[in-house]
Amino acid sequence: MLYRNHILISSHTADAAAIKERFERELAARKLSGAVKVISSPDLIDDSEETLVVVYPEGTFYRGVKADDVPHIVEEHLIKGRFVKELLRCEYDDSTVPSLDRLDFFRKQQRLVLRRCGSIDPEDINDYIRTDGYQALAKVLTAMTPAEVIAEVKKAGLRGRGGAGFLTGLKWEFCAREPEKVKYLICNADEGDPGAFMDRSLLEGDPHSIIEGMTIAAYAIGASQGYIYIRAEYPLAVRRLKNAIAQAEEYGLLGENIFGSGFSFKLLIKEGAGAFVCGEETALMASIEGNRGMPRPRPPFPAQKGLWGKPTNINNVETYSNVPLILLKGADFYSSIGTEKSKGTKVFALAGRIKNTGLVEVPMGITLREIIEDIGGGVQDNRKFKAVQIGGPSGGCLPRSHLDLPVDYDSLSQAGAIMGSGGLVVMDETTCIVDVAKFFLKFTTAESCGKCVPCREGTTRMLEILEAITRGQATLHDLEVLERLARVCKNTALCGLGQTAPNPVLSTLRYFREEYEEHILQHKCRAGVCSDLIQYQIVAERCVGCQACVRVCPTGAIRGEKKAPHKIEVLDCIKCGACMEKCRFDAIIRS
Amino acid sequence: MKAVEKTAVLTSGTVPKESLEILQKYKGGKGALIPALQELQANFGYLPEPVLEEVAKHLNLPLSKVYGVATFYAQFHLSPRGLYVIRLCTGTACHVRGSGAIMQKIRSELGLKPGETTADGRFTLEPVACLGACGQAPVMMVNDDTHGRLTPEMALSVLESYK
Amino acid sequence: MRVNSVDDLNKLKERLQKEHQLKEQTDTIVTVGMSTCGIAAGARKVYEAILKEVEKRNLNIIVKKTGCIGLCEQEVLVEVACPGRQKILYGKVKPEDVPKLLSEHIVNGNVSAELVVVGKAS
Repeated sequence: MLYRNHILISSHTADAAAIKERFERELAARKLSGAVKVISSPDLIDDSEETLVVVYPEGTFYRGVKADDVPHIVEEHLIKGRFVKELLRCEYDDSTVPSLDRLDFFRKQQRLVLRRCGSIDPEDINDYIRTDGYQALAKVLTAMTPAEVIAEVKKAGLRGRGGAGFLTGLKWEFCAREPEKVKYLICNADEGDPGAFMDRSLLEGDPHSIIEGMTIAAYAIGASQGYIYIRAEYPLAVRRLKNAIAQAEEYGLLGENIFGSGFSFKLLIKEGAGAFVCGEETALMASIEGNRGMPRPRPPFPAQKGLWGKPTNINNVETYSNVPLILLKGADFYSSIGTEKSKGTKVFALAGRIKNTGLVEVPMGITLREIIEDIGGGVQDNRKFKAVQIGGPSGGCLPRSHLDLPVDYDSLSQAGAIMGSGGLVVMDETTCIVDVAKFFLKFTTAESCGKCVPCREGTTRMLEILEAITRGQATLHDLEVLERLARVCKNTALCGLGQTAPNPVLSTLRYFREEYEEHILQHKCRAGVCSDLIQYQIVAERCVGCQACVRVCPTGAIRGEKKAPHKIEVLDCIKCGACMEKCRFDAIIRS
Repeated sequence: MKAVEKTAVLTSGTVPKESLEILQKYKGGKGALIPALQELQANFGYLPEPVLEEVAKHLNLPLSKVYGVATFYAQFHLSPRGLYVIRLCTGTACHVRGSGAIMQKIRSELGLKPGETTADGRFTLEPVACLGACGQAPVMMVNDDTHGRLTPEMALSVLESYK
Repeated sequence: MRVNSVDDLNKLKERLQKEHQLKEQTDTIVTVGMSTCGIAAGARKVYEAILKEVEKRNLNIIVKKTGCIGLCEQEVLVEVACPGRQKILYGKVKPEDVPKLLSEHIVNGNVSAELVVVGKAS
């Protein structure tokens, strides 16, 4: 018999029996006897002399219950589903709860750009205004000249958060200097790096900060039209951004004559159509113009000839999100955070084989170890740390020996990685480093637009070599060719995609060369990932012939008589590993 | 069943009226080609040849340019797609957390290669570079719903719920 | 609603802050992390379960959405703020946990130990 509710009554008081009986009577009168079970419990006790009643499954605790309260409890709680507030036991004991600032995950962070993410309602402009939103814009439009705004951003030392780390204020100045009347402002929200989700989180969690940052930038360079180029793979971000723009327009914080200053700014959303190369600024502009998203040589830089031939400023989401903060708190405050050449904070997306995957914001100059071990809680399942991939397909893999590297633009690029947009993917010993390099090359090969030879042919040839290595069909000479190709592609490709595509190869060759050589010379993949180099075998002594593996094998490669040791047919095995996962006797091994 | 019904209309070779209405909005607009293609695809589920021809006519562009753009971007499709599009994330985080096994499972269960559609027009399998939900890796989207922390078995039961 | 001047903005901000303070002093506010990550982990179902429970039990609480709180590993994240108490962040919340969580926390005043991630001083 399944009961809808259970009622527990304490048995230590004089009127407990009467209360229990009253419950049973009331339930019977309402034909609920079969649905609610009343139990007298000697364990339910506290130091008071009152009768306690607990109603499950909710676990609602009533105290000081008298027999005359019973009809009320039955009527309100069991029938109407409401609580009987007068009888609720309410004693707060929060002493066992760990407090926020004790948790390492938050303690080592400095959440400035993310300060509203996860606390305000992103769909309500009032929540943004309540937390100092649009104050920086108000100050800029009513009390500062465009030149003063640029000077402040320059003084703050803000560098672009999208990749190369160019000084934002300087970029604005180049664009502001152009005599042309019509200028454009673009926000690059085409976050395409696998393993990165900082921009998405900002767009979804605090969309107005980007709108405010862009409006300030537009005022500084003299643009009256802006575009946000956003990935179509982010439908929720698109929706929240559209909603935020509509609200800002309704409040008069976007559109004509903002704050009565005479400055007007219009903002449009352009949804990307699924091309990674459009993260490159000249390709992005080609895409907005309605063309194939192919990059073109620079100069002329977008600041001189950008969208539709007009001077254009492009920054990414996180960069714009930093802007209101700088103007509200001042350049001195901002530049007090970070290192000498990398100011402020950086948002990272922690992912991969790490305990606390998440979105974190740290001051520049913090070490990788602090991010991975203290904030991230270290590697998942107590495995061993192997490498951290930083900067996505344009970045590099750094080994354990580099964990104490300070995270800033210059240290990272010296080590062969880049800040990139800020994806941090942690890898443990179950990750094959050659496979990772192959993974990124596969990605960049597919995403290469095909315009320039070094990238179109170079990535393809490099991928072929990596595939040969993971199949155990390469020679040491191939490694030399791979390295040479990587350098040629890096030095001669037309745009950022091609110039950085070899980074995953070069950095893994630099730090994990012995793994490449193992694949080539010993045909061994120490992580057990490269399926051509591994074999599954059944240890006859351990196999009981239960045939559980036979049932999961997709190719019928496992044969044998029931209750006798089985064998895997090497030629039929596709090395999916399903049998090993299924076997309860550890009889299947990978070698 | 919207997408499937539309497909039936289009194979008869006529250009549906909606596409002409949609195109009216974009006439003469700067950079209108991509948004126009996006809206047309959202409406029909893919971009049929007669529709592309109409786009060229209305936006006053050579057909070669329309075709060039439509084939450059991963988002556009020139053949009909399934009622449900499975976007399986193959990004770095999902890769190191086992998206490969999920891909294998879905492929063998539905008998599909990446990019293909089941014979009944129900599912299209589409690997994507990154869905940006790396904290929940491995992840897949079925149309606009995102599902995270998948195992191969869970992925199949998610697909089951779309049958 | 139009903000025509800096003065308008400041007045609006002050009013919103006052309203918010008042709400925090008198009402219980339950906030669900609803970014793509959260939704992938099932936040929409948890949000709906909370609304259902609020309606069913006639609870006097405000239910809100927010963006990414950052602790993706602990999604679905639900923050419960009762007047005069520290805010409690619950993690890995499933729709079926909702009735118990709300009744334990809001009605009985106990923190559901198995789901709690962290407390924040309010």
